[in-house]
Amino acid sequence: MNWINSVVRPKIQNVFKKRDTPDNLWRKCGSCGEMVFHRDLVAAFNVCPNCDHHIKLPSDERLKLLFDRGEYETISVPSVPSDPLKFRDQKKYTDRLKDARSKTGKEDAVTGAVGRLDGSEVVVAVQDFAFMGGSLGMGAGEAIVKSIEVALDKKCAFIMVAASGGARMQEGILSLMQMSRVTVGVQRLRDAGLPFLVVLTDPTTGGVMASYAMLGDVHIAEPKALLGFSGPRVIEQTIREKLPEGFQRAEYLLEHGMVDMVVHRHKLKETLGRLVRLMMHQPKAPQSDYQLPAAPTAPQAAG
Amino acid sequence: MHTYLEFEKPIAELEGKVQELKLLAQEDPTAGISDDVAKLEAKAAQLLKDMYANLDTWQKTQVARHPNRPHFLDYAKALIEDFTPLAGDRNFGEDEAIVGGLGRFRGRSVVIMGHEKGNDVETRMKHNFGMAQPEGYRKAVRLMEMADRFSMPVITLIDTAGAFPGREGEERGQAEAIARSIDTCLSVQVPFVSLVIGEGGSGGALAIATASRVLMLEHSIYTVASPEASASILWRNSDKAKDAAAAMKVTAQSLLELGVIDRILPEPVGGAHRERAQMMADAGDAIEHELRDLSGLDGASLRRQRQEKFMAMGRGDLS
Repeated sequence: MNWINSVVRPKIQNVFKKRDTPDNLWRKCGSCGEMVFHRDLVAAFNVCPNCDHHIKLPSDERLKLLFDRGEYETISVPSVPSDPLKFRDQKKYTDRLKDARSKTGKEDAVTGAVGRLDGSEVVVAVQDFAFMGGSLGMGAGEAIVKSIEVALDKKCAFIMVAASGGARMQEGILSLMQMSRVTVGVQRLRDAGLPFLVVLTDPTTGGVMASYAMLGDVHIAEPKALLGFSGPRVIEQTIREKLPEGFQRAEYLLEHGMVDMVVHRHKLKETLGRLVRLMMHQPKAPQSDYQLPAAPTAPQAAG
Repeated sequence: MHTYLEFEKPIAELEGKVQELKLLAQEDPTAGISDDVAKLEAKAAQLLKDMYANLDTWQKTQVARHPNRPHFLDYAKALIEDFTPLAGDRNFGEDEAIVGGLGRFRGRSVVIMGHEKGNDVETRMKHNFGMAQPEGYRKAVRLMEMADRFSMPVITLIDTAGAFPGREGEERGQAEAIARSIDTCLSVQVPFVSLVIGEGGSGGALAIATASRVLMLEHSIYTVASPEASASILWRNSDKAKDAAAAMKVTAQSLLELGVIDRILPEPVGGAHRERAQMMADAGDAIEHELRDLSGLDGASLRRQRQEKFMAMGRGDLS
């Protein structure tokens, strides 16, 4: 079982962990501009209590949201060649990597974990936008492939929570090849008859959107997430016209048939649990341990 | 009239002189300058050879985009008998940025397709400069599936700056279309050979280049994003395209080193555009060679080989 390297029990861990942000801090919602008590925001998994805006969620928080009692085992990822291009733009790639690692405490943009979601065993891989824009390089590719292998091994569903600006430019063509590579992983899930569910979060674009993020059995998007192939700025520059309101937002993709549903973050676990159980021919979940502040009544699951 | 690239200026001058002298010699055969002409011609040829042996990344990028370089339709005409283009994605429309269909390649039925950039204003518009919309990729999926059904090898020729970034394309699922095309490349149980003939631009290229064998012409490039796009993302300045191209290692030679492609096909001295017929014949030989090599494998093995090939990219040691 060498893919297990740590058992994370956040409740215990939090007692010892130094908090980054003091409890009394206020944070400003990027959408409504309202000042929100930091603790309230964390408790609501970064959904603004005032306007329901879904603020980006760090990968650990996402895993805590999805797994029963917030308990999961992270999947260890074999190391990949680092900086094969000896890349430097305004900064050396190795320095950028170092910065991202110290900022996020992660090895790369994707964290894989296995645990139970409403009682069903699942593997979840989360792409963290805070790590170099969630970009897909060899490290992230390896983490996804490894997570898929664990799902194949355990014969359980695989859930991909995507968030990415696209390919990891600093790894050049090798990063492009990860699109094909992860697609092989998706095919193996398909061949094994295992469900592949994609959660599209803000933002998911470029090569990630143009590969595994659009190959799920079911696509679930978070409200108002920016989702597309080319970024809106590039499109505006190319076609020289203003894009319509809501262009490339989750609701827009729902309208255009690219996602199955737009689901509020507070309903995400419940929705995934229901789908996994249906697809795995498992009985209804006995009783969800799901406890969250009551979700505001604004945009709810469309499905 | 030959189109010279900027760095080819010294060649242009020499070859211009050769032309002039040749005219003179024609007018007055007694002038006795034929020796000079021959010498000058040899000098020009040597200069061209030296120059093309040492092209830097940006120069190669320019050669890869040379307007006189043979394009998909040239190859199809030169290499494919009974070429029968098929149109439409059976869903929304026909996208001529990717041209493809059935044909006979060296005696056997194949599906062949590729990006077509066009050669003049009219054809460039018609083919949208080789930048496909979702319909192009959905047509590609349709053709690959047909190849699979009728046990025909798939040949793709890659030449695009990338998928078209536009409003309608996004609305109709550009990302999904590319994803599905990559997926189909990895599914079909037939031999599959891709050749990058010019520019392999990002997902728009990869969508039909996830093949059993991937070859590149000597002066072609293959990128995660075009040098211009990379420069504006990483340097926030698209004028840095030259630096971006160099830093991102986009040449055929770099890709071979990185283990991303299988083989480089030498170009005639001075680039594919100088000896078009020769280039296309060589490309035909190379494709035939790869297809013959793959012909011993059954469908399941072909699919598995392709999956394993791409699964290995980025795992293990790289120089």
